[in-house]
Amino acid sequence: MEYLIGIQGQDFVLVAADNVAAHSIVKMKQDQDKMFKLSDKILLLCVGEAGDTVQFAEYIQKNIQLYKMRNGYELSPTAAANFTRKNLADYLRSRTPYHVNLLLAGFDETDGPGLYYMDHLSALAKAPFAAHGHGAYLTLSILDRYYRPDLTRDEAMDLLKKCIEELNHRFILNLPSFSVRLIDKDGTHDLEKLIPVGAK
Amino acid sequence: SVPVEKWNGPDRKIEFLHGTTTLAFKFQHGVIVAVDSRATAGSYIASQTVKKVIEINPYLLGTMAGGAADCSFWERLLARQCRVYELRNKERISVAAASKLLANMVYQYKGMGLSMGTMVCGWDKTGPGLYYVDSEGNRVCGDLFAVGSGSMYAYGIVDSGLKQKDLTVEEACDLGRRAIYQATYRDAYSGGQVNLYHVHSEGWTRVSQSDVLMLHQQYQAEKA
Repeated sequence: MEYLIGIQGQDFVLVAADNVAAHSIVKMKQDQDKMFKLSDKILLLCVGEAGDTVQFAEYIQKNIQLYKMRNGYELSPTAAANFTRKNLADYLRSRTPYHVNLLLAGFDETDGPGLYYMDHLSALAKAPFAAHGHGAYLTLSILDRYYRPDLTRDEAMDLLKKCIEELNHRFILNLPSFSVRLIDKDGTHDLEKLIPVGAK
Repeated sequence: SVPVEKWNGPDRKIEFLHGTTTLAFKFQHGVIVAVDSRATAGSYIASQTVKKVIEINPYLLGTMAGGAADCSFWERLLARQCRVYELRNKERISVAAASKLLANMVYQYKGMGLSMGTMVCGWDKTGPGLYYVDSEGNRVCGDLFAVGSGSMYAYGIVDSGLKQKDLTVEEACDLGRRAIYQATYRDAYSGGQVNLYHVHSEGWTRVSQSDVLMLHQQYQAEKA
């Protein structure tokens, strides 16, 4: 039902998430932000079971901020991703596992842009592009076909729009809008919400 | 209904108030909170006079859907926490903070059988506040929520009524009352009376209590 997507370019990461907070067949909220700012250059996109998403994401967020306060410098995106995965793994075989699927996007001074895919079974994979949700089935092939490592920001945006349009066309559930953000060396930038129009 | 052999033990479920309609929406002059008053145990109507709005403090209201005991207990506990906050910080707690306290409290018990779907409504220094919190761990801020078995019927009325901007207090109250009435008309598990509250900058006011059958006569007469 929920959808997350991330596309890594040469010097940026473009991410988008749908805005619907659903409860059985009702849209309780249509402008829900599913992205959590872990630091100036790291975003955590989180979907999954009600309650677990916000609680887990905020827990990671606060711990990342605590690390910065204690040590004087921030965790890199790679370290943050591994920290997140470790927490997921530790809770996986407990009585209260977190049923969440995540994308972590960040920009490191030395390593450049990075996109990390994590799922509720605590898998972690660094990937040039990734998606979560039923919508991923429809859009991963589009990303496979058209993705290039040297995409410019506009080209990545066009690719993202292609994916959203496919969802609008084929996905049975209506996802009326998507939040879009871009991370590069200058930090996180909020871009205009994508609102697909008209059935095609 | 509870099978005899499962009266004790972890499988025992007391489903009292899932059958309900509660709603709340923000508008220009605050928040309207409207609820029905029927409690059902299976197909048996246990009560037609349940108070489903919990008065947390003079400026915060909570609605009750799901298990009656769960709702009233946890919201009473919330009231205590809000008072402690007030004493510690010398200022009223915000609706966001109050709802977060409740959400965090029940999240600890996730998966253990709590049943609670509540709306925390109030007015703080940022204006009118409305949050939906449930025992699954959901906590969502919004302008309109309806909770319970009759919620979808209520959404239909309020969504279409709110399209006309700038309601007066009276119009908003009528909308809330009408939405609950329409839900009780269609949903077998909702009924009794419509209890209506209005939250404004000075706190909440109990606006009215109207029997659903009387409303039926009234609306029928208006149609004619």
